[in-house]
Amino acid sequence: MPAASGPAAAGGLPAANDGPVVAARPVRDSVALGLAVGTSGLAFGAAAVGSGLSVAQACVLSLIAFTGASQFALAGSIATGGSLIGGVAGAVLLGSRNALYGLRMTGVLAPRGARRLLIAHGVIDETTAVTLAQPDAASARLAFRATFATLYLTWNLSTLLGAYGAGRLGSPQSLGLDVVGPAAFLALIWPQLRAGRTERAVGLLGAAIALTATPFLPPGVPVILAATAALAGALVTPARPAEPPPPEPGPAAAGLP
Amino acid sequence: MTGTWVAVLVTAAGCYALKLTGLTVPRSVLDNPRVRRFAELVPVALLAALTAVQTFGAGQSLSLDLARLAGLGAAVLALLLRAPFLVVIVVAAGTAAALRALGVA
Repeated sequence: MPAASGPAAAGGLPAANDGPVVAARPVRDSVALGLAVGTSGLAFGAAAVGSGLSVAQACVLSLIAFTGASQFALAGSIATGGSLIGGVAGAVLLGSRNALYGLRMTGVLAPRGARRLLIAHGVIDETTAVTLAQPDAASARLAFRATFATLYLTWNLSTLLGAYGAGRLGSPQSLGLDVVGPAAFLALIWPQLRAGRTERAVGLLGAAIALTATPFLPPGVPVILAATAALAGALVTPARPAEPPPPEPGPAAAGLP
Repeated sequence: MTGTWVAVLVTAAGCYALKLTGLTVPRSVLDNPRVRRFAELVPVALLAALTAVQTFGAGQSLSLDLARLAGLGAAVLALLLRAPFLVVIVVAAGTAAALRALGVA
């Protein structure tokens, strides 16, 4: 998926062709990501209980908040004994990232009626990354569903396990699981980084902003601040007023390195 | 304990409400070319930032975890070689795990 989907991912997704979609890769990759990233619920469950949350509280956060960064932030602020209001404010502020993702995802997922309530719950980092990496709208919706379902189940089960087994588990680091997140995010935005200079500049600027701000701001806030890179990119290169152009066969589609 | 429950529930509800807000923005807002371009670029900016912070960040400080860095480097190499997604992930985690098991990093 990351290497082969080409520039389509960066522009608008072409209309769905509801034939027998080549479903294998979106589903396989989505399930793999859901399983791999979902297991970090173990770390959250363990961290939450270590911070003084009960098993039930850890599980409620995973079930209803279902956005890792915010959950870790709340547990972290409770652990340090900071004010609860401050902890909640920080955690919710982190969740504003998902509102920005929704802005992009609404055009792809076309949520309507009551389904919107369910779809909304699934709009997070991983599902956004997988969905937008797909070459067309049908695979995008399929990938969203597969990632959301797998990740939701795995994240909640592993939260429960981590909360019960806190302290008794080996470190996820020994399995290299701490690299799964960054590697997956990079792989998923890779096609967009290849697609254009603006995308590369925005990605680099976003990373630079977040790293620069990290020592000065509470965890999580630097990532939200990186949205200003997207703002800069949008001011410099606004989208064409009409529909986005159809994807051109770029180097990726031509099979060149 | 009650206070903690309130914090948990308000956080959970707030996070869900924000997700819903993003999907409820009227389509007409996205007719503006700059707004649409912003929405297109936001995932690139935020996911690149997450990649950087999860690689180099340790809470509120920056740190250089060599095993993690090598894992991400292996992922970049795999991506340049046009490896499939799963391979990229396995190579990244495997590299970091192997280096740690060997005590190299």
